[in-house]
Amino acid sequence: MSTPTIKRHLIGLLGAALLLPLPALADYPEKPITLIVPWAAGGGTDATARTIATALEDELGQTVNVVNRTGGSGVVGHTAMAMAKPDGYTLGLITGEINMMHWQGLTQLTYRDYTPIAQINYDYAGIQVAADGPFDSVQTLVDKIRSEPKGTYNASGTGQGGVWHLAFAGFLLDQGMEADRVSWIPSQGAAPAMTEMAAGSIDIVPSSVPEGRSMIEAGKARSLAIMAPDRLDSFPDVPTLKEAIDSDYQIGEWRGIAGPKGMDPAIVEKLESALETAFNSDTYQNFMAKQGFGTEWRGADDFGQLMADQDERFGKIVEQVGLAK
Amino acid sequence: MEPFLQGLAMVFNAQTMLVIVAAAIFGLFVGAIPGLTATMAVALLVPITFYMDSTPAIAAIVATSAMAIFAGDIPGTYLNIPGTPASAAYVGESHLLARKGRARETLGTNLVCSVIGGLFGTLVLVLVSPSLAEVALNFSSFEYFWLALLGLSSSIFIAIGSRLKAFLSLTVGLLLSTVGLDMMSGAPRFTFGIPDLMAGINFIPVMIGMFALNEIMMFYGSRKETRDVPITAKDNVFRQAPRHIRTYWRNILRGSSLGTLIGALPGAGADIAAWIAYALGKSRSKHREAYGTGHIEGIIDASSANNSGISGAWVPALVFGIPGDTITAIVIGVLYMKGMNPGPTIFMEGGSQVYALFTVFFVANLIMLPIGYLAIHASKIFILTPRKILMPVILAFCIVGAFAINNSITDIWIMLVIGLVAFVLARNDFPMAPAILGLVLGGTLENSFMSSMLKSGGDLTSFFSRPISAALGALVILVWLLPLFLRLYRRLRRQPQPQHSPRSS
Repeated sequence: MSTPTIKRHLIGLLGAALLLPLPALADYPEKPITLIVPWAAGGGTDATARTIATALEDELGQTVNVVNRTGGSGVVGHTAMAMAKPDGYTLGLITGEINMMHWQGLTQLTYRDYTPIAQINYDYAGIQVAADGPFDSVQTLVDKIRSEPKGTYNASGTGQGGVWHLAFAGFLLDQGMEADRVSWIPSQGAAPAMTEMAAGSIDIVPSSVPEGRSMIEAGKARSLAIMAPDRLDSFPDVPTLKEAIDSDYQIGEWRGIAGPKGMDPAIVEKLESALETAFNSDTYQNFMAKQGFGTEWRGADDFGQLMADQDERFGKIVEQVGLAK
Repeated sequence: MEPFLQGLAMVFNAQTMLVIVAAAIFGLFVGAIPGLTATMAVALLVPITFYMDSTPAIAAIVATSAMAIFAGDIPGTYLNIPGTPASAAYVGESHLLARKGRARETLGTNLVCSVIGGLFGTLVLVLVSPSLAEVALNFSSFEYFWLALLGLSSSIFIAIGSRLKAFLSLTVGLLLSTVGLDMMSGAPRFTFGIPDLMAGINFIPVMIGMFALNEIMMFYGSRKETRDVPITAKDNVFRQAPRHIRTYWRNILRGSSLGTLIGALPGAGADIAAWIAYALGKSRSKHREAYGTGHIEGIIDASSANNSGISGAWVPALVFGIPGDTITAIVIGVLYMKGMNPGPTIFMEGGSQVYALFTVFFVANLIMLPIGYLAIHASKIFILTPRKILMPVILAFCIVGAFAINNSITDIWIMLVIGLVAFVLARNDFPMAPAILGLVLGGTLENSFMSSMLKSGGDLTSFFSRPISAALGALVILVWLLPLFLRLYRRLRRQPQPQHSPRSS
């Protein structure tokens, strides 16, 4: 007697649950958000992600958990981002590598597998050399690379086909030389390459200038130029490439927030405006200024366009360097 | 003087002291639970430090990591399962001592050595950090190649039992280290299309599988409730410690200085420091034959070394912003967030903050004594709890630990598979330590070799063209030839007066 009653009650409850209206999008976010970072805890990208997450928490009134998924030159983290449910509760800090990896056959993923939300940073490549080395300006550097035999000098700062490798290869192409005239020594990142340069076994580290900050301040390295439109506020003595050798070549690494493909446009819009406030917050701006990292804002549409443009550009460089698969 | 006093005031206040005590207890638990590591404890602290001032934030990290490294010895002693990788080098030694009913004495001595090691490392950090960092900074891929080779060679020589089996075990580790995206060519190896494997095989899940899961399976394999550690212990925590310290003060000094140096080298941390200190201690000991049978001397070098390594790793981290180990890699991020940008300028700009940091190190190491003492008394729980309850709990933590290091399900599978492989290997008397070392140092060995070759255009003599590199290379070759020389020497001595050699292998 009682069993069917309970069953009927349960069915009734189930029906009621189904009939309840779906949670309105105005309520988003109603639970904590996960932000996937494809690089290790403690690094520059991680610090950027944690700072924007803190600023975003204040905006959205929800916890934003930073989760590091490291390794494989960023493949692991970018894959985790793309595979997540596009419900707005899993986002990722997407980096320029997404425009390089697929050209080299490391992953099937391209920028088309993500929903762009906003670009929050852009770091231009610099040219760092040892303080006691043979180069005192970009002009001498270019002349020496041109006059000495191929492979006389070497450079390091990322893995094979990483952003600084391609940036520097592109620079050599821009100067009318072969992309591999300077040997590329792959490394785990800019920091170990700077150490190797201080130890005297690397000639050039074409990473962003802030990544070489500690060695530059220690007087062990110096930055000859930055491949940017303007000088950096944090390193006002470093000339732009235009000033140094009258070249218009500019390149760098961008970072932005994105979600998996197919996110609800209303959620994207809400996140975009929350991110814009977070981007302009003192927390974020002060942190980035202190680090010397560049701040550059692009909304969802412009960010998508940037990714598309950069994808084409890096595709060409990857091909000319001979890494295309 | 004024910045120094300001620094003291930043440490000796209620908030910071409370944070140190709480962090030490947190570190104690994480370190004592097999499967959870000191690095993980610090990583878990990062979001909490976000809401603290710089001094308590750093205090929390220092106290947690120092305590976790000591606490790793507790399950090592009672259960033969190291709580953190840094205890793995001498876990056999301390467990055998525990079976002789000397668990508390062992842990007490361990604690005192850890504190002395930690204080020694701190003293070095305070006094010579700039010049020590300068030496480590001269190391390029050539020097790292020899250093990695030295580590791998010593792992075979310190192994107990067959050297051939140790070598084979090492090759298993080296094979595992080749999995993932090859840094040099940018090509994926042995990834079978699984994106997570692109990152390579993390040594933490492997560590957990090899030591903890293996031990759990051994227990279920034997299927009996044996208490191999006596339940009624008459030994005292600290009574024997002064005597051991008097007898082995050289070992403490040697372990501490070695640990600080290895900690200060980028890439090598407390765990490698412990391995090398154990090996060096054994090779210099008068009682070499007692090693591997439960010899207190065997734990003294290494337990001083792993704690001094923790402090030593801060040297390059503070002076050049280059992490000395995985813990300081996280620390650097926290320092940046707190506005204490690591680099040579930190000593000029943040006078009082630097003094506060140094003071924190002394306080955090000293506080280990009372908290560690209580922990050793409480650690009887490991023998009082029936193993059939303890083992599933440890298994659960193993799974959590394997997952948490990189939030990856793949790592759990790696842990389980490696545990199974390790069980088969251990049953056939293959030592596990060389495999771990092969995995940890394999990547360094390969990458430093490849990048040296790229730099020099394939010229092998370049490994001897830099002074430090040449010296290290000569040392490695000497280590290799040592057994040959010894055998030759014995044979020459035996000829006039034939006697039976005790060695057969």
